[in-house]
Amino acid sequence: MKTLLDTKQLDITLHRLAHQLIENHLQFKDTVIIGIQPRGVWLSDRMAELLGRITGQKIPYGKLDITFYRDDVHQAGQEMNVPSQTDVPFSIEDKNVILIDDVLHTGRTIRSAMDALIDFGRPKGVELLVLIDRRFSRELPIQPDYVGQTVDTIITQKVKVYWNEKDGKDEVVLID
Amino acid sequence: MALSVKHLLGIKELQTEDIHRIFRTADNFKQVLQRQIKKVPTLRDTTIANVFFENSTRTRISFELAERRLSADVVNFSASGSSVSKGETLIDTVNNILAMKVDMVVMRHSASGAPWFLANHIDASIINAGDGINEHPTQALLDAFSIRERLGDVKGKRIAIIGDIMHSRVALSNIYCLSKLGAEIMVAGPPTLIPKHIEGMGVKVEYDVKKALMWCDAANVLRIQLERQHKPLFSTLREYGLYYGINKHMLDALEREIVIMHPGPINRGVELSSDAADSKQSIILDQVENGVAIRMAVLYLLSGRSSGELPE
Repeated sequence: MKTLLDTKQLDITLHRLAHQLIENHLQFKDTVIIGIQPRGVWLSDRMAELLGRITGQKIPYGKLDITFYRDDVHQAGQEMNVPSQTDVPFSIEDKNVILIDDVLHTGRTIRSAMDALIDFGRPKGVELLVLIDRRFSRELPIQPDYVGQTVDTIITQKVKVYWNEKDGKDEVVLID
Repeated sequence: MALSVKHLLGIKELQTEDIHRIFRTADNFKQVLQRQIKKVPTLRDTTIANVFFENSTRTRISFELAERRLSADVVNFSASGSSVSKGETLIDTVNNILAMKVDMVVMRHSASGAPWFLANHIDASIINAGDGINEHPTQALLDAFSIRERLGDVKGKRIAIIGDIMHSRVALSNIYCLSKLGAEIMVAGPPTLIPKHIEGMGVKVEYDVKKALMWCDAANVLRIQLERQHKPLFSTLREYGLYYGINKHMLDALEREIVIMHPGPINRGVELSSDAADSKQSIILDQVENGVAIRMAVLYLLSGRSSGELPE
């Protein structure tokens, strides 16, 4: 097991990501953020809170569950998941959407998320923010716009993100 | 594990956690149904046959809509005008449909137990859309889901099931479902329409409809199933309406506002008057709306592929 980000580094990384978002979106006019259920939401909760604190304004924030859009619903051995809540309480029509997930791996979740998103309307643009980018393991041509940390991993390894709110500590580790 | 069962034959076989899983999934589908695009691609690789050996409007449309909202391919079969009238057996009929690569079967049949019989002989997932006077599981699920939506929870609530308990598969499925969810249940109606020893299922019995209304938080009013009554069990429909029918006047006389439900089709003026059926207390149309979300949830959760091997 290897620590990718400890509490202090994670905090610095989250602040950097927030400032990168502000750099590109300034007043967050016509910009909304959407976290991907279930695990991306821990990160997007933090980002929404942080952005609100830094910019002093409330940025529209939604949560998206992608269960019904997965491409492996009926793959052998795949259980039918009971979905988490989808809550997008605003229109995304003509908005800049920042999709947020914790770990980018094969890219299939993000593909599903984009399909799900487009059923809510036609956004002006979609950007992707991830905390950890496992490069070289992509199965689809999807790249993030904002990255906390890029890591080289092999398929048998696992990236685990711990959040204070649910795990009692902030930490990102790589498990062999 | 999605559900503890491969088929939805009856509520009796379900575990309480299955019901909660179906409800949580239906919450999501209900939200999908409120969007501009009321459709998800989840079952685009699945073909579903709706096999109805008995008449149905609401249930068949509701299932078909649920299937289409999930992007499934749908084939409809009704017994009238089919080879069933030429003497084909149930297994042959369904196996012929399955030979055309159908993955799931939604079936209604006038014989109680027909879906169990079928489940023992074919490989596809079977969803019971009503079998004789036995069970109608999706109706009970949508009824309980509607109670949960209106009253916040089912647990601890007092639910009266009123009318033709004897011939109603809705009543039996409701009793199983509500008791698994921890509700208190009362059945009410004329003694001739309430099965003997039903107290053994843990329900209260009441022959005075007014007293049942005073007791309950929600009243699920059932239709008189004339088509299943082969000997007279009460004198006339008019008399039934007079003694056991529910009207707005009776509801207004109660100390508190109760919820009125009906699985449809309503015989207006018999078991339920128009002013009661159309009142603010009535959630009859919410039941219909929730039916699509509940059926989407059931279809989705049962759509997981098995090995593809036929049973012995």
